[in-house]
Amino acid sequence: MFVRYPSRHRESAVTPYQAYLNRRQFLRAGAGVGAAVATVAAAGPAAAMGDPEAAREAANGMELTAKSDALSYNNFLELGSGKEAPKENAHLLPTDDWTVTVDGLVNRPMTFGMDDLTKRFPPGEHIHRLRCVEAWSMVLPWQGFPLKALLDLVEPLGKAGFVAFRSIHAPEKLPNQGNGDYPWPYSEGLRLDEARNPLTLLATGLYGESLPPQNGAPVRLVVPWKYGFKSAKSITHITLVEDRPETFWHTVAPEEYGFYANVNPDVDHPRWSQARERRIGDLFKQPTEMFNGYGDEVAHLYAGMDLKKHY
Amino acid sequence: MPAWTSRSITDGAVRTVLVAGPLAGLVATGFVEGLGANPVEAVTRYLGRWALRLLLVTLALAPLARFAGTGRPLAWRRAAGLAAFGYACLHVATYAVFDLGLSPAAFFDDVAKRAYITLGAGAFLLLAGLAATSVRAVARRLSPGTWAAVHRAVFPAAVLAVLHHAFMLKTSLTPALFHGGILALLLALRAVPYRWSSRRT
Ligand code: HEM
Repeated sequence: MFVRYPSRHRESAVTPYQAYLNRRQFLRAGAGVGAAVATVAAAGPAAAMGDPEAAREAANGMELTAKSDALSYNNFLELGSGKEAPKENAHLLPTDDWTVTVDGLVNRPMTFGMDDLTKRFPPGEHIHRLRCVEAWSMVLPWQGFPLKALLDLVEPLGKAGFVAFRSIHAPEKLPNQGNGDYPWPYSEGLRLDEARNPLTLLATGLYGESLPPQNGAPVRLVVPWKYGFKSAKSITHITLVEDRPETFWHTVAPEEYGFYANVNPDVDHPRWSQARERRIGDLFKQPTEMFNGYGDEVAHLYAGMDLKKHY
Repeated sequence: MPAWTSRSITDGAVRTVLVAGPLAGLVATGFVEGLGANPVEAVTRYLGRWALRLLLVTLALAPLARFAGTGRPLAWRRAAGLAAFGYACLHVATYAVFDLGLSPAAFFDDVAKRAYITLGAGAFLLLAGLAATSVRAVARRLSPGTWAAVHRAVFPAAVLAVLHHAFMLKTSLTPALFHGGILALLLALRAVPYRWSSRRT
């Protein structure tokens, strides 16, 4: 097909997953919890965590992005530059025997295997918009759990102020990690209160399946009110620290990629406007919302801050 | 001019390929493998790339004529140059329609604020000027000297287009180096003394 109209996505790729969600909704209603679900949904996305139907409500009936698009249009520099490269090189990502270490300023440093992690923190369904700094966006059904649950378990110390995330480092396997122009491994960071916000997830699945390599297998961060690069992929280390950590893109180009990187239509990227975005599957752009539309949940985190300065 | 000589057929074929080839390639790609998750971006970039490539082809035809010792390629220059302008128009049109929603305010904002758009707009204006003076009725009114002077603007247009590409890149300049390198080569060829290239001395 010449131009792929959104309707094609809806029919072919999205429907099976949405049908799956609908079926679950139906089953739940049959079990008599429909009313409860509706109440949770009315309380907004934060309250809707972990519940597929409520999460879907919270996504305001937005169409999910076609799975085929979400799995083939990715920025994951470790697996190559260009949007299609991560999918083509997906097999190069070594995910066997994965562990996530949580350490630093915590009472109980811990290391988890993936089974251990998902058993302790059973993933729930969370549908969120993802807004890339490059002015495109998707609506994605993640399976994951709030990072807060993990942080509560390891008990951050009083002086911990930030959480640093480190992604996979395997220069012998990953094509681009040999490139010395970049400060490998990928690193990201959040203020502790941002990390504890109920919207901040560790995701282990997408579209009801385990996370594909190009989307950050086996476990990644999802911070839906910030530009996509904040949502670090393929995480191996989560370290509680006192001061703001160095982060990958901020190190590469500080004037283009701020530490906060909150979605903000009023602060342009030096090379393009952030006022509008293209939802993948749409032809035309639409206005970008402050905090990617999650202002009710997160605006209080930045009360009194000049977000034009702390972009 | 005789109507159906083999020469006029080749000339016609070359011109058709220059004008319609890239568009046919785009349509074929769309049918065979699709245009990916972000077709608007893919099409905008494809059209921009071919506008620049056709500009480089336009610039390559004179040296080609010189080194091949025949004036034939010169007869294709007008088609190549106009095709370059045509693809530039489509390139700017997809951007203006799908990215900017045809908002003039957004367009001028971009031109003023973003260096790569400023450079692209510069290249586009030069190409528009060249296209206008390629209309035969207009060309006839200019003295040959003036016309030649005007059409030397094809060089700065190509330079601006390469810079337009280079300034938009995020992490690596490599993609712009390919076209930039070809342009540098074509400019360098101009400096080669005529007698080195002519076969009939
Ligand atoms: C007002 C004039 C112009 C505007 C607003 C403009 C806009 C753009 C934009 C927005 C892109 C990036 C597309 C994307 O990343 O989605 C782009 C890429 C490009 N443009 Fe232009 N452009 C203009 C004129 C030109 C002209 C005159 C040429 C060539 C003769 C040109 C050649 C290119 C090339 C080669 C690319 C890179 C394509 C790639 O990524 O492979 N542009 N242009």
